[in-house]
Amino acid sequence: MSKHLLILGGGTAGTMMANHLQKRLPKVDWRISVVDRSDKHLYQPGFLFLPFGIYEEKTIIRQTVDFLPKNVEFVQAEVDKIEPETHSVALQDGRKLAYDLLIVATGCHTAPEETPGMLGPKWRDNIHDFYTLDGARALREKLAAWPGGRLVIHINEMPIKCPVAPLEFSFLSDTFFRKKGMRDKVNLTYVTPLSGAFTKPKASKKLSHLLGDKGIELVTDFTAEKIDQERNLLVCYDGREVPYDLLVTTPTNMGDAAIQRSALGDDLNFMPTHKHTLQSLQHPDVFVIGDATNLLASKAGSVAHFESETLADNIMRYLKGEPLKEEFDGHSNCFIESGNGKALLIDFSYEHEPHEGPFPFSFGPMRLLEESRINHWGKHAFRWVYWNILLKAWPLPGISRNKKAPINP
Amino acid sequence: MNKDIAGTTVDVNEEGYLTDMSQWNDSIAAAIATEEGIPSLTDKHREVLQYLRQKQSAGEALTIRSLGKSGVVTTKELYDLFPGGPLKKSSKIAGIPKPVGCI
Repeated sequence: MSKHLLILGGGTAGTMMANHLQKRLPKVDWRISVVDRSDKHLYQPGFLFLPFGIYEEKTIIRQTVDFLPKNVEFVQAEVDKIEPETHSVALQDGRKLAYDLLIVATGCHTAPEETPGMLGPKWRDNIHDFYTLDGARALREKLAAWPGGRLVIHINEMPIKCPVAPLEFSFLSDTFFRKKGMRDKVNLTYVTPLSGAFTKPKASKKLSHLLGDKGIELVTDFTAEKIDQERNLLVCYDGREVPYDLLVTTPTNMGDAAIQRSALGDDLNFMPTHKHTLQSLQHPDVFVIGDATNLLASKAGSVAHFESETLADNIMRYLKGEPLKEEFDGHSNCFIESGNGKALLIDFSYEHEPHEGPFPFSFGPMRLLEESRINHWGKHAFRWVYWNILLKAWPLPGISRNKKAPINP
Repeated sequence: MNKDIAGTTVDVNEEGYLTDMSQWNDSIAAAIATEEGIPSLTDKHREVLQYLRQKQSAGEALTIRSLGKSGVVTTKELYDLFPGGPLKKSSKIAGIPKPVGCI
């Protein structure tokens, strides 16, 4: 009987792993299945643009199976529990799937119920989020008709998926309201639990001016104890209050509830994972990738992409009984929209903070940690790259899984 | 870069955070605390510092949530102990890196 590779999650990481391993596992010996509750694949970076009417929905929603290899079985179902002792996964419809190797790619999601007062009568009225398709749609309708006032962009707690998106939302809001000729009617405030909008020395030195230039107020070290929906206030544990007319919040992010049901996660349901090999720290035949891990790497598609290359190699090694490569270095790469048709580009890892220099080649054409139009076009071209190259697990020219040492500008 | 704190030369980054947590001791903690506007460290402060150092050694993320759930302090107490910026101040006094975002 053939062996079974089971992948939980058909998002960015799960789809890439199915494509990697379908090419590498001998077909006579192995069959591959992917389980996900949804049959839709969403281009999540597009959620940032939807509220401003920059992207249309049809360009960011596809069918999951269209990106899986033909001989990979797709199972649309809710996972109940992972049962590592019996090497099986129980689905909520009563089925049980046995595995020889398990990849957990169940991602993370927003959990507004974690903050008192966030959900309630004014959720999706004057309290919005853009990390879900429903949320981004509702915010699009809200922004189109909003007369102005205090717009507060808020991060509830770290870690969050795509950690710079709220900052990009602030920059894009400035451009959006200026283009509408109503910037003078809008007061923008960015509220973060961290010590600044930019927390790493090189980025902070180089980019801190952006907030002031765009007239965005900054509130730091702010952990929301609750949201007071009656008085339209964000309330910090130390008593500070931030009033809003429209709150765009990034709720607490948590790993999948199935991880909690399986008692395999930390207090946010993220799974303890080896930071260089991506093997589960608890069960050797379980591997974890993407937003589902507890790693101190960013929760972002680029990280899942770099991880997928190391993980594919490590799974082949594991099956041959060879030692795993301690290779993944926390590499992350991302475009950051800075408004006015420009964007920044950052490249960093566990060890290297974002720095300046040409990218991806010694001549560029892009430059790191600098605002430019080419970076902005890169960000928009990336949607095509995502659907056509990244998900299919093809290599990206000039971009390696490990972070290259900074090239001196 | 080097900095003399409480009579010891230690390695720090641009913002004054220790870059080698093994160079830390109680008098260094007290001296950094004074710089951060906390005139004296109580046992409760020290419990938080030890907890943070344990989490850091284990390679785990330092979050307000994990501290609030640790049983060591509530989030409100944490803001009372380290007013203005509980995580950035407590991590500096504990001799470990500041929790950061990706930029």
